Amino acid sequence: MENYLLVYRAEYSAMPKATPEQAEAMTKRWMDWIAGINSQNKLVDRGNRLENTTGKVVKPNNVVTNGPFAEIKESIGGYSIIKAKSYIEAMEIAKGCPILSVGGNVEIREVSKL
Amino acid sequence: MNNTELIPHLFRTEYRKIVSVLCKRFGFEQIEIAEDIASETFLTAYQVWSLNSIPPNPVAWLYNVAKNKAKNQLQRNHLFNSKIAAELKNNLVVTEVEIDLSPKNINDSQLQMMFAICHPSIPAEAQIGLSLRILCGFGIEEIADAFLSNKETINKRLFRAKEKLRDEKIKIEFPHETEINKRLETVLITIYLLFTEGYYSVSQNTLIRKDLCFEAIRLCNMLVENEATNKPQVNALLSLMYFHASRFDARIDKNGEPVLYEEQNTNLWDTDLISKGAYFLNLSAIGNKISKYHLEAAIAYYNTQKEDTKQKWENILQLYNQLLQLEYSPIAALNRTFALSRANSKEEAIHEAEKLKLTTNHFYFMLLGELYTTIDTKKAKLNFNKALVLAKTTSDKKAIQNKISKLG
Repeated sequence: MENYLLVYRAEYSAMPKATPEQAEAMTKRWMDWIAGINSQNKLVDRGNRLENTTGKVVKPNNVVTNGPFAEIKESIGGYSIIKAKSYIEAMEIAKGCPILSVGGNVEIREVSKL
Repeated sequence: MNNTELIPHLFRTEYRKIVSVLCKRFGFEQIEIAEDIASETFLTAYQVWSLNSIPPNPVAWLYNVAKNKAKNQLQRNHLFNSKIAAELKNNLVVTEVEIDLSPKNINDSQLQMMFAICHPSIPAEAQIGLSLRILCGFGIEEIADAFLSNKETINKRLFRAKEKLRDEKIKIEFPHETEINKRLETVLITIYLLFTEGYYSVSQNTLIRKDLCFEAIRLCNMLVENEATNKPQVNALLSLMYFHASRFDARIDKNGEPVLYEEQNTNLWDTDLISKGAYFLNLSAIGNKISKYHLEAAIAYYNTQKEDTKQKWENILQLYNQLLQLEYSPIAALNRTFALSRANSKEEAIHEAEKLKLTTNHFYFMLLGELYTTIDTKKAKLNFNKALVLAKTTSDKKAIQNKISKLG
């Protein structure tokens, strides 16, 4: 079993504001999905959600910008760490991620043991 | 109750009290003597009550006999000390022979005994073994059954645990306040295990099983009644046990066979115990830490609600989601998947269940069989048959057979 980092990305700025009911339904989908990984005993770290309206990027020579939004429209909405036998299995798990239903994507990276 | 029912019952409830009080008086160095005196007390009761009749107050009778036996023991020690030790040293202190079997001392001794047994230096398995032996008056054979082990192994384990109690000079006393929370965790695990031992035991002796459940509740009640140990998670565990116990009469039929939840006669659910469960669930809702007992108690609460609504299952599903986040267990994963089928859909639950791959667990195939019923009879049958092969007890096998024959 290897650990894989899942990074959830979406174009949050382009999304219409969700109604409370929609937001609640989305939360449920995330909870059910995460619990599904837990049920297989494959969740290492549930991770965190990130605020997607703020962000800073510090660059060389004292340059600071407000988030990565100027260059890429997508921003990171959160991350988790799972364990899986291979990329294939990690991908299988990621395919159920609710972010896909709002046009987002999941980047999967194997966590280095070094 | 007649003699043959009363003595085992009293053994469950009184043995630990006598051992705790005597052990506190003698110290762990003489725990075997305390156990012997308690056992002999019951042997005497058996002999005397069989010849004569049961005394009007059997408990007081037992305490009296235990007290006399203990006094004799102390006097023998005293004699030894005065005859032999006195020749070695000349300053003999005559100790007052007194055994305090007052309700307060019995209560304190039992609580302190619980904490002593759950001392961190004792391995968890031995703690549970010792609890079964000392706090519940289990025989070595019964403990071996509970652990799916043999008598020799259990004897050795208990022997080593007692040795450890002596070596570490563990005293029968309350741990320091800063220690209590940590030690309480093991105490709660042990109490819950005692409860489940009675609740899910394969033994068909319902009287003993009920005794065990209510003894676990009794021990937990003692923790709630004590200020230092009256913590939210203790109330949550107590609530959880009351909710479960409320179905005790409904979940076992006349022949001692288990009755599935959905086939239970809900009129047999004990509403008094349900309201006790609700009472302690409310009391547990303070502080900012949610223990697994809180989550399990909340799930158990919904299980006492007869109405079968989607919202109820949605609540249960989210509680299981949280429970799995706190601690993975195969049984929680299976129950969560069942809740998913009711809250979301059977199709989604099947999709999720296939990923669990708990292929050595007969409950896993029972769940799959259940989910496929009404969707794909062939697959349902296939899974129930796999469950049948893996099931160990006759009652489980019978329940699965029933499911298969209902498929037609």
